[in-house]
Amino acid sequence: MILDARGVSMDFGGLRAVDRVDITINEGEIVALIGPNGAGKTTFFNCVTGMYVPTEGTVTIQPPSGSVQDITGLKPNRIAERGLARTFQNIRLFPNMTVLENVMIGRDCRLRSGVFGAIFRDPRTRAEEEQVIHDSYTILRKIGIDRYVNDLAKNLPYGAQRRLEIARALATEPFLLLLDEPAAGMNPQETRSLDELILRLRSEEGLTVFLIEHDMSLVMRLSERIYVMDYGKLIAHGAPQEIKNDPVVIKAYLGEDVSA
Amino acid sequence: MDTLREIRRSALLAAWFMVLTFPIMVIRVNTITNTIEWRWERLILISVGSFVGSLVWNYFQRRKRAQGGPRPQTADLPADLPADLPAELPATDIGSAPLTPPVEQRTWVDRGLARVGMSRATFRKPAVAVPLIVAALGVAIAYPLVTSLYQTNIMVSALIYVMLALGLNIVIGLGGMLHLGYAAFYAVGAYTYALLNHYFDVGFWVALPIGAAVSMLFGILLAIPVLRLRGDYLAIVTLGFAEIVRIVLTNWSSLTLGPSGIRSINRPTFFGLSLSLSQSINLTYFIALGLVIITIFVVYRLENSRIGRQLVAMGEDDIAARAMGVDTVRAKLTAFALGAVWAGLAGVLFASRTTFINPESFRVWESVLILSMVVLGGMGSIPGVILGALLLILLPEYLRPLSQYRLLVFGALLVIMMVFKPAGLIPKRRRLYRLQPEEIPVPDAGGDS
Repeated sequence: MILDARGVSMDFGGLRAVDRVDITINEGEIVALIGPNGAGKTTFFNCVTGMYVPTEGTVTIQPPSGSVQDITGLKPNRIAERGLARTFQNIRLFPNMTVLENVMIGRDCRLRSGVFGAIFRDPRTRAEEEQVIHDSYTILRKIGIDRYVNDLAKNLPYGAQRRLEIARALATEPFLLLLDEPAAGMNPQETRSLDELILRLRSEEGLTVFLIEHDMSLVMRLSERIYVMDYGKLIAHGAPQEIKNDPVVIKAYLGEDVSA
Repeated sequence: MDTLREIRRSALLAAWFMVLTFPIMVIRVNTITNTIEWRWERLILISVGSFVGSLVWNYFQRRKRAQGGPRPQTADLPADLPADLPAELPATDIGSAPLTPPVEQRTWVDRGLARVGMSRATFRKPAVAVPLIVAALGVAIAYPLVTSLYQTNIMVSALIYVMLALGLNIVIGLGGMLHLGYAAFYAVGAYTYALLNHYFDVGFWVALPIGAAVSMLFGILLAIPVLRLRGDYLAIVTLGFAEIVRIVLTNWSSLTLGPSGIRSINRPTFFGLSLSLSQSINLTYFIALGLVIITIFVVYRLENSRIGRQLVAMGEDDIAARAMGVDTVRAKLTAFALGAVWAGLAGVLFASRTTFINPESFRVWESVLILSMVVLGGMGSIPGVILGALLLILLPEYLRPLSQYRLLVFGALLVIMMVFKPAGLIPKRRRLYRLQPEEIPVPDAGGDS
């Protein structure tokens, strides 16, 4: 089990946005987290990636080649360093930086040069910079957006911006990729090519993927297990087929009066 | 039709101005003879002036509109390809398109250069760059020798402001943090030297690094409480910090001699030689020039390094930067500390140049002036910031003949600049990375993973 969230709760004043959620993810899986709007999915992501410090509960990780570590309450950059990378629901690129620079920022937590290296540009710093450029470009090619390498991120078409977010996340060398609604706003072709990309990342990079998604067809196609949240609580968990026919889930999505 | 409408609008505007300025410009009460003077000739001046002014303004506005927006009219360019590409990218389509030049980053500088058959890349060729740099250095070195002492003195103060503006540019231009208390660090540097010189007779050269270090310490001290602040809140706290420093300097009379300031601070020395006043001013000029060159060098390298990238990313989106593993706490501390170092150096130089300082030299106006240089020149752009600093210091000096209207003209120029060049005189352009030939995609190439 590479991610183990136990009893994670998040309170905002009197509002409990996430209520004692337990989620575990095993190596190599693609797991989806679904639920109606406002169910607390993104808040849960934020608790895992350190954007919020959960009010209760613990989050532990075990990287494929490592020991169990408690990451509850660590700073986001420390969590990224430990191999959890995420994308955002509403794209958060660095709009006025070039595509390559966006990815280079992703590499940042793997770099070591400091102020003096920058000023004196010693051989080690120079080699590191060249390596970063090379690595970042390789990632862009892998994701298929290398043609935009020197464009500003804000000028990219929407689908390419979504891909760039994934590329930037990949650059941090994660073992677990957390995607927050990666298909939001995409047309069916774009979504299908996203499917392919996610599957390819798992098979080629050995990544584990945990995603929030509203596009049910994508969720059903990709994920091996699905967690369902509603009003901050976990209401169901299982394989896609089970979830599809679960009356509790159907009720959460469609309301009380509709019979399954 | 358009011209007619514009003329009519300008005429209306002129009429309105005549009404508006009538009481102050035309009527004058002579209190000695108790008569009213009617200065009608001024009314004519105002009407003609505002009419012509409005026409010129409209003309430039129209030109700007024609240039702005999508500008693919320039046919000699490889057009706005990126925007026209199909929105959807098949996942398998790896590296089939050529690298497109980023047209959207072109500014008026690039357009102007293109008109004479050059581009920014022209200046990166050693054959062009080296003679240019040598020529610039030659002019800079010859400057104090061929001009008067007065001119040299003005230039020294301009160079000090270039240093300050470049230092502030690290915080504002790169880090995107609105810092309104920069003069405080300038004051710390100046007072460090002044006090060391006053009490312990420490010389300029020893004080230079000490001033930078003390100022850096203050930079870190300020950065720690403001780590969580952004935007307006950061601006207010830094503004408050600057005032605190100034008020402490004013009121701690037993140490700083209070508002009367510290006088007869030693000028820079040169290997113990005794220098005449003019020689010593020339020496100060060369020290300032040297420091500016070092500043440009260091800031340029910082900008094109991991630190610079971190700062820009942080300025663009703090949360995303943290989520991607950037240690924004350290980046912020670094930005504030580095910014303060240059202010400290400039402060020491300032104290040694004027030989007298008091807290009044470091009012909020100084911070605002330095900020204006950065914004006017183009945030984050080194040549822009240098130009901005030179303009804002030299322009008022050379506008002195206009004496009482000097600040008015100065203000008007700033407003005009901001309307027509909101990104600054020389806007910042993101650096483009040249990739190794084997990395340039060739048709039908697969991913190299």
